[in-house]
Amino acid sequence: MNPIEPLPPADGPGTAEPANSQSAGHSRRVFLFKLSLVLNGAVGIVLAIPILGYLLGPALKKSSNEDSWIKLGPLSDFPEGETRLVNFRNPVTTSWDGQTGDIPCWVRHISGNSFQVFAINCAHLGCPVRWFAQSKLFLCPCHGGAYYEDGSRASGPPERGLFVYTYRISAGALMISAGKMPTLAAHNCTKPGLTQIQANATLTAAGTAESNSGEDAQPRNTPWPA
Amino acid sequence: MASLKQRSIDVYNWFERRLGLGAPTIEAAEHEVPSNTSSWWYVFGSAATVILLLQIVTGILLALVYAPTASQAWGSLEFLDHSVKLGWFLRAMHGWGSDFMVAIVLIHLAQVFLFGAYKFPRELTWIVGVFLLLLTLGMAFTGQVLRFDQDAYWGLGIGASIVSRVPFVGGPLVDLMLGGPIIAGPTLSRFFALHVFVIPGILLGLVGLHLWMVLRLGINDWPMPGRLVSKKTYIQEYHDLAKKTGIPFVPDAAWKDAIFAAAILLAIMACAVWFGPFGPTGQPDPTIIETAPKPDFAFLWIYAVLAYLPPSLETPVLFIAPILVIGAMLLLPLVSGEGEKHWSRRPVAVLSIAVIAVTLGAFTRLGMYTPWSPVMNAWTSDPIPALDLKDRTPLEREGALVLQNKQCRNCHSIGGAGGMRGPALDTIASRMTEDQIIRQVLQGGGNMPAYGNALNPSETTALVHFLLTLRGNLSPAIDASRKMVLSSEQSTPPTSPRPSLPDGR
Repeated sequence: MNPIEPLPPADGPGTAEPANSQSAGHSRRVFLFKLSLVLNGAVGIVLAIPILGYLLGPALKKSSNEDSWIKLGPLSDFPEGETRLVNFRNPVTTSWDGQTGDIPCWVRHISGNSFQVFAINCAHLGCPVRWFAQSKLFLCPCHGGAYYEDGSRASGPPERGLFVYTYRISAGALMISAGKMPTLAAHNCTKPGLTQIQANATLTAAGTAESNSGEDAQPRNTPWPA
Repeated sequence: MASLKQRSIDVYNWFERRLGLGAPTIEAAEHEVPSNTSSWWYVFGSAATVILLLQIVTGILLALVYAPTASQAWGSLEFLDHSVKLGWFLRAMHGWGSDFMVAIVLIHLAQVFLFGAYKFPRELTWIVGVFLLLLTLGMAFTGQVLRFDQDAYWGLGIGASIVSRVPFVGGPLVDLMLGGPIIAGPTLSRFFALHVFVIPGILLGLVGLHLWMVLRLGINDWPMPGRLVSKKTYIQEYHDLAKKTGIPFVPDAAWKDAIFAAAILLAIMACAVWFGPFGPTGQPDPTIIETAPKPDFAFLWIYAVLAYLPPSLETPVLFIAPILVIGAMLLLPLVSGEGEKHWSRRPVAVLSIAVIAVTLGAFTRLGMYTPWSPVMNAWTSDPIPALDLKDRTPLEREGALVLQNKQCRNCHSIGGAGGMRGPALDTIASRMTEDQIIRQVLQGGGNMPAYGNALNPSETTALVHFLLTLRGNLSPAIDASRKMVLSSEQSTPPTSPRPSLPDGR
């Protein structure tokens, strides 16, 4: 493979027998063979670039591109103090996604313009959590993770509270920023947008990163809790 | 007649002159093996190969109908089950074949481990075998995804959630696994490619290598206690043994393989006819959240382990344990390539197999009835036993209602009905005092959520009063320290013990 390598040493098999003229031809053919190896190596690298680019395409995509604002419905759909299941069509779909493109989420209307929109996926391993209004708990059927009504971890294997979608209220409708399956890694990768910096600061100042206390009436974007 | 026979030989020779495959094949089939290897213990590898062929054939037949798109896959499985003649049987054969494959491969692994077959000169055969095991499990998992139902959808969610925990590159890895931002069309397509092209291709190549090495190095001779493997002498000893006691593999040893393979195929067919195909369960629609996803049999033990690991240990164990286990399996023949082969002189090996088998079995059993999962409908479906309500005060009966309405039964059983996540409440008052019960209900702890926000004071009082009646025939729990405080406060010691519980008297 190494193009700078000198001619094969004389002790190589088959180099001793041929006559002088043949020997010259042989060493030329060996050189050409090595040249062909180098050429094929180069072609292989050129070929590998588009193949790897195609293969790694989904992983190299900027995740911020995948989230967009989705309307969940008019505010009147969400009575104060209740937590309801809402389905939305994922903004990024293919035409052969079928039902898998429909994503559910839990909308908790705290009061006024204060909401919490939780992902359906348990923070443990992504199973669908169910809301029990009477005991005010989200329960996961897979490994028994439990969360309080504000999404914070109550018990079980999850390390953290439920994932929260950023929301805003526009023209009397509740909108969330969604598009990507929430996982621990997606949460880590998400950089808060400009609109979220203020909310972050408020939360940090309040000293609680976990729950949206719901006292302020301002529409605001709740970042995914730490 | 003779001319017909001659003609057949001529036809054979015509091909043989051009192919040259007949002679080496016959030679390989008839190669001499030590007579002690003609054993019913030596049939699992060939059985696994036969099941692999069955899986390839049934898999191709299923692919004639299966539609590998997220919107159509589930429907095409239903179509196979109900509208294609014998489609259900082919699905059942492929599904049961997969379970048998995993089981036979594991038995094969345990057998060659206990017989010391991984020792010199068959180290690489074992190492390739470890990869074959991983590929077999990969086929089982990707196959479960292709059965694109609720379990498959949420199984992918579990897979993505596990992958997302990989340090630094978790996010891109999830995208790579799902092929997009969510579990959807591209996800199923790439698992189809893995299950149908990528993994089978590698699998077949490695099976070829595995078999080639078995032929080249000879089948492992039956281990004898005290006959040690030494790299200097083993090859010569093996050749002497094969020369002295050698029998042609075909037919003298192979008939046992053939009979066992036939029995296994019959067993798969019997299971397929009797139990039918696996699912599909509900449609892969994430908006149907009334589901309790579960993996296939081979992965139930992982599902159970994930329920029992403490949260802080989960991520490290998920990524360090597999590396250690697989690494140990790969290094095993290189570290202990010589020495004793017989199981009776290798207590650690026997013990390891026993411990691993019992562990996997226990976790699989737990995975079958998931005691850690809340029973989501227990609060409406499981009534309080009538006996527990007999002769109770109105307050206590109100407490029983609170117990039902607040979904306590989803995690706690009474009279054997209800969830098993928390302790059964039948005799709770014999173990906990009133104060302890109040504290536990309101503040939670020990894996129980706090109900302070979900119960108002009167509900709490009623609930606790009902719980205090639940003690079977046992005496109520007594707060010993409280008794001491009370007795020291009074100048005259009380003559009779004062239970701190209000219920009895």
